[in-house]
Amino acid sequence: MLRQKPEPGEPPTVSVQNLSITYRTTFEKVPTFKSAIVRLGRGERAIREVLAVQDMSFEVPRGTAMGIIGANGAGKSTLMRALAGVLPPTRGRIEVRGKISSLLALGVGFNGMLSGRENVILGGLAAGLSREAVNQRAQEIAEFAELTEFMDMPMRTYSSGMFQRLAFSVSVHMDPDILLIDEALSAGDASFKVKASEKMNELMSSARAMFLVSHSLGSIQQMCNDCIWIHKGKLMMHDTPERCIKAYTTFLEVGENAFTLDDF
Amino acid sequence: MAAKAVKSKWDADLQVYEPHKIGLPNIKQYYRDLRTRIPFAVQFSRSGIKAAHSQTVFGQMWLVFNPLLLAMVYYILVSLLSDRGGIEYLAHIVGGLFVFFFISGSISAGAGSVTGGGRLILNMAFPRLLMPLAAVRTAFFRFIPTLPVYILINIVAGARWSWNMLLGVVFLFLIVVFSVGMAAIMATLQVYFRDTTSFLPYFLRIWLYLSPVLWFVEDAESRLPAHIHPFLVFNPLFSLIGGWTDLTLRGLMPEPRIWIAAFVWAVIALVGGALLFMSRERDFAVRI
Ligand SMILES: Nc1ncnc2c1ncn2[C@@H]1O[C@H](COP(=O)(O)OP(=O)(O)O)[C@@H](O)[C@H]1O
Ligand SMILES: [Mg+2]
Repeated sequence: MLRQKPEPGEPPTVSVQNLSITYRTTFEKVPTFKSAIVRLGRGERAIREVLAVQDMSFEVPRGTAMGIIGANGAGKSTLMRALAGVLPPTRGRIEVRGKISSLLALGVGFNGMLSGRENVILGGLAAGLSREAVNQRAQEIAEFAELTEFMDMPMRTYSSGMFQRLAFSVSVHMDPDILLIDEALSAGDASFKVKASEKMNELMSSARAMFLVSHSLGSIQQMCNDCIWIHKGKLMMHDTPERCIKAYTTFLEVGENAFTLDDF
Repeated sequence: MAAKAVKSKWDADLQVYEPHKIGLPNIKQYYRDLRTRIPFAVQFSRSGIKAAHSQTVFGQMWLVFNPLLLAMVYYILVSLLSDRGGIEYLAHIVGGLFVFFFISGSISAGAGSVTGGGRLILNMAFPRLLMPLAAVRTAFFRFIPTLPVYILINIVAGARWSWNMLLGVVFLFLIVVFSVGMAAIMATLQVYFRDTTSFLPYFLRIWLYLSPVLWFVEDAESRLPAHIHPFLVFNPLFSLIGGWTDLTLRGLMPEPRIWIAAFVWAVIALVGGALLFMSRERDFAVRI
């Protein structure tokens, strides 16, 4: 649990108000001049909209560790991207008080030809850190992820466990006020898991708020004091982790046909 | 106007994300962000160059040989088809072609810079203009190894040295500025039309023939009817490349209209490209 408490009269650290986010993809695999001309001839519309987040509202006071649960494609990552300021709201408004960690962990590995170190350094520079800070951070990250001898190898040679370990280390080493962690906790073997949860505990004392997306309902239950359950872009429930998890698992057991269980 | 809300102590680090109207972000803020993250563009381009192995000896040699071989091809072609020839003419083609390769390299790399930055763009918030900027930096570093070769050919061709040649730097600078603008325009186009990069080679090839690389600025003026002359400057590369080769190769001072046209084109491309890009860039993440 986070140790900070809201002061009297303090506005919420994060406030999401009627947020909707729409991806605009195209019917064709890729939009081209050629298809634009063909379409013009047929009088078709090019854009297919994916309503990834629909009319979502919630508030997160200081000291909240917010768990986010939901099936694949529910819109969890989209919500996190909006909080990080990467995706502009299509409608609605987000207020964030404090430095929010970018989803650097997801950006890491964008170029498999580059080494782990280069990926981390580029991500840090894009996040606005200075070069010295970034170099030092990269070393800490490498040591924490136990990847020191692999840091200068191209990332395409990493195993998926190494990849996740690096992603987790990156997201916990940027010391933000508000921490976003998207499915990076299941990283690594048993001994790394212990280390990861120790690190999480340490962060909880300094962070103002935390958002945790995880398919491990156990870690949500253990680490969070608030929870939302999202399904197909809609906010189904905003309650304690226990009740959200209960409702979510019941929902899964009842087994809506269209629902996929491949998360488990 | 509504009274401005009293700024409370809680709002010190408040950030608000709202739907953007079509239009520009706060330019001052954008510029400040851009400035502080220039090291990102530098590092991005540097690691790209490293990953492409172009800093090895053979990689560097290829950067020179590629345009040099093409220059030979054009030289042979033109000397067969016309009575033109001689080492001076070869030096002219080489000089023009090297710098044209820089421009076309900036344009093609710039076009792919945003759509190629998928995961980074989707998960990190930073001024996207850094992507085409990095592409132009890469193209420039691929251009640098060709400069000594150009100077060498210039010496062999028996250049008449003059102080005017140093003014070529001004044109090189304008060419870089122009390339940044073009890279930003092409990057924006590529997001909306993914076949932009497949049309580019044809477009660039035609542009090469319309520019004073295989011919001299004064050729256009002696061969074309007089009423066409004022329109020549409508091709940005007429003034930009023309001024560069006139100065660096022959030490000829370009006419004032060449200076003005080059300057105007560089500014138009940069301002137009940056504004177009910035007005669309918040839309990029949902379209990648
Ligand atoms: N870049 C994108 N372009 C278009 N649609 C997307 C993109 N990213 C995600 N989506 C769609 O948005 C919806 C929510 O996705 P996401 O937020 O990644 O879900 P989750 O993280 O909960 O699995 C899905 O239907 C997905 O197909
Ligand atoms: Mg996800």
